[in-house]
Amino acid sequence: MDMKANKKLGLKERYALMTRDLEWDTTYEPMDKVFPCTSYEGIKIHDWDKWQDPFRLTMDAYWKYQAEKERKLYAIIDAFNQNNGHLGVTDARYLNAVKLFIGAVPHLEYMAFRGFSHLGRQMVGAGPRVACLMQAIDELRHYQTQIHSISNYNKYYNGMHDFANQMSRVWYLSVTKSFFDDAYTSGPFEFMVAIGFSFEYVLTNLLFVPFISGAAYNGDMAAMTFGFSAQSDEARHMTLGLECIKFMLEQDPDNLPIVQRWMDKWMHRGARILGVIGMMMDYMLPKRVMSWQEAWEAYYEQNGSALFNDLARYGIRPPKVGQLAAFEKEHISHQLWAGFYQYGALTSFHTWIPSDEEMDWLSSKYPNTFDKYYRPRWEYWKEEAKQGRRFYNKTLPMLCQTCQIPLLFTEPDDPTQISYRDTEYKGEHYHFCSDGCKEIFEHEPEKYIQSWLPAHQIVQGNSFNPGTDPTAPDFDVVGAVFQHYNMQHGRDNLDFDGSEDQKNFAAWRAAATKN
Amino acid sequence: MAVSALRTYVFEPADAEKNFHGLRIVYVGWDKHLMFASPFMLAVTPDSSFGDLVAKNLADAYGAHPDFAKVDWSKVEWLKNSQPWTPDFGKSVDANGIRHKDLLRFRTPGLAGIGGKDI
Amino acid sequence: MSNAFIAFQKNDETRSIVEAIIADNPNAIVNEQPGMVKVDVPGRLTIKRQTVSDLMGRDFDLQELQIHLITISGHLDETDDEFTLSWNS
Repeated sequence: MDMKANKKLGLKERYALMTRDLEWDTTYEPMDKVFPCTSYEGIKIHDWDKWQDPFRLTMDAYWKYQAEKERKLYAIIDAFNQNNGHLGVTDARYLNAVKLFIGAVPHLEYMAFRGFSHLGRQMVGAGPRVACLMQAIDELRHYQTQIHSISNYNKYYNGMHDFANQMSRVWYLSVTKSFFDDAYTSGPFEFMVAIGFSFEYVLTNLLFVPFISGAAYNGDMAAMTFGFSAQSDEARHMTLGLECIKFMLEQDPDNLPIVQRWMDKWMHRGARILGVIGMMMDYMLPKRVMSWQEAWEAYYEQNGSALFNDLARYGIRPPKVGQLAAFEKEHISHQLWAGFYQYGALTSFHTWIPSDEEMDWLSSKYPNTFDKYYRPRWEYWKEEAKQGRRFYNKTLPMLCQTCQIPLLFTEPDDPTQISYRDTEYKGEHYHFCSDGCKEIFEHEPEKYIQSWLPAHQIVQGNSFNPGTDPTAPDFDVVGAVFQHYNMQHGRDNLDFDGSEDQKNFAAWRAAATKN
Repeated sequence: MAVSALRTYVFEPADAEKNFHGLRIVYVGWDKHLMFASPFMLAVTPDSSFGDLVAKNLADAYGAHPDFAKVDWSKVEWLKNSQPWTPDFGKSVDANGIRHKDLLRFRTPGLAGIGGKDI
Repeated sequence: MSNAFIAFQKNDETRSIVEAIIADNPNAIVNEQPGMVKVDVPGRLTIKRQTVSDLMGRDFDLQELQIHLITISGHLDETDDEFTLSWNS
């Protein structure tokens, strides 16, 4: 018989039929009333059909592969938990990186879910709408799997019990919250540059690759599993972010200055946030994969230069933050950990002085800066702690109006001088950590005058539980704030040395290896 | 510039002085003393004396540093919002011209921090 | 020339995928890290369905890459037979 069966449809045809072909223009209502959000930012789009979808993933294939990822993930999580995997991590200090992660990251995922759901409704073309829908579902999956994976640690260790409420209350979490609030309250194209491009394409490698590889290196199969499972979605997200940039730049030359400004803004904001990952990599992982400086050079400077060289044909120049970061990559992790160390009475995780061996590792990785600027601090604090005077700074810090991080970064030309910037707007005085944060404010001051700065909110009386009387004669401000944070003093905070986590981990590990 | 938005976008500043129940926010930074990771946010009444701000608030904030007890306040160099400035210790915060959210920096020549390393 | 790259979780399936990349991209540089493997190729990186299928000993659909991917760098083009990452400059 030479009757030929119909050839199975190819990937491109399948995608065209099952995604793009489902699109129609509205007739009862004008398109710009149905999609009101895609023009007010000033981005000009002439032909939505020019949008490219390189992955060509259809919804049915999406469900199939996502289901497979979930099955793998939960099988591993079950096995890890059934086997008391938490006792296999290198050292209980490692768990503090997990605490910081659960405090900050699931919320970001959830906000990304909300943001991409909004875009999945508001973008005009079927291609971007479907890609945004998939990404929204991915982000919700990341939020859930991170919480599920880490919930097992919460059964044994302190500080992870109330991450959902702490997000909108705790001083250092306001940094991450304000980042996503800023993105989420932007228009759809700015959100795409902020999250789809700057965060997903350029910076996510610095969050997930070294950190999750670090989790693997430190025996944390739970974090490794959700991390890699989440990361398997990221390549699709990165592609969406890059396609959106190319699409905007190809559609109209007037889009270039807007896109460039957003890139400058969001690469700056992203780099500010990711300094914390640098601190985790350099100080919090008992076994280190690579230094923050090495990660920045590999994933931002090298990979980023490939990207920005490529985008140069549209007139895009590399984001301004590159120059600042070229200096800060040798300083930022040390400055941040020194900050958390001294404010360690106000955190839901433990802090500590690096061991002698760890300081030697830092010297070798940071030959220009560690011995000269940072080791002397640790040596002094070590001596103080030995004398029973572990240093806790109890005075509230001055915060940057834009990124909300305490002003702890130094001048690019002088690592011994704090970097101060300020401006006036409508008779009020505002302060910043850097030129980048100041420029962001000055472009949209009405947005950032609303910043919920935790130190100010405490003085305004907005960080106490109902019924608290701040005018009482013996009022303990820090204690009242701690109650509102739902943290337990002496248990969730303070130095790792002497903590309940340290004792429990040692006792349980001993019990796991002998009778 | 105005915020790109679908509707009018105007807001009250979250940190106007009236929101602080009679207190005024004053930022203070001790240059070249990086044992303190960042400058501080102090909240004081505008009619409190500048001398009290130094004797109480700064002593609370910076007292843990071994240099602090050695500071000769008559020799301290002050900057208010980056401009050289001389406070009157006997006058109030307000009479010294310190507005809400102003930044005071002080330098202590001869005190170079722990180990002489600006810490 | 800029590198295009791809990184996978390290497992039995990606062992064959990485071998296929090495076979089809003579300039591939393999970098093993804890739990993951990253492959860089100057300019252009191609994964061919047929090569992966041959090395795995079963039919392979390039969209299965979705399950193992960690990150990519470069412009992507995907068809039934080839998955390509490249930089123009």
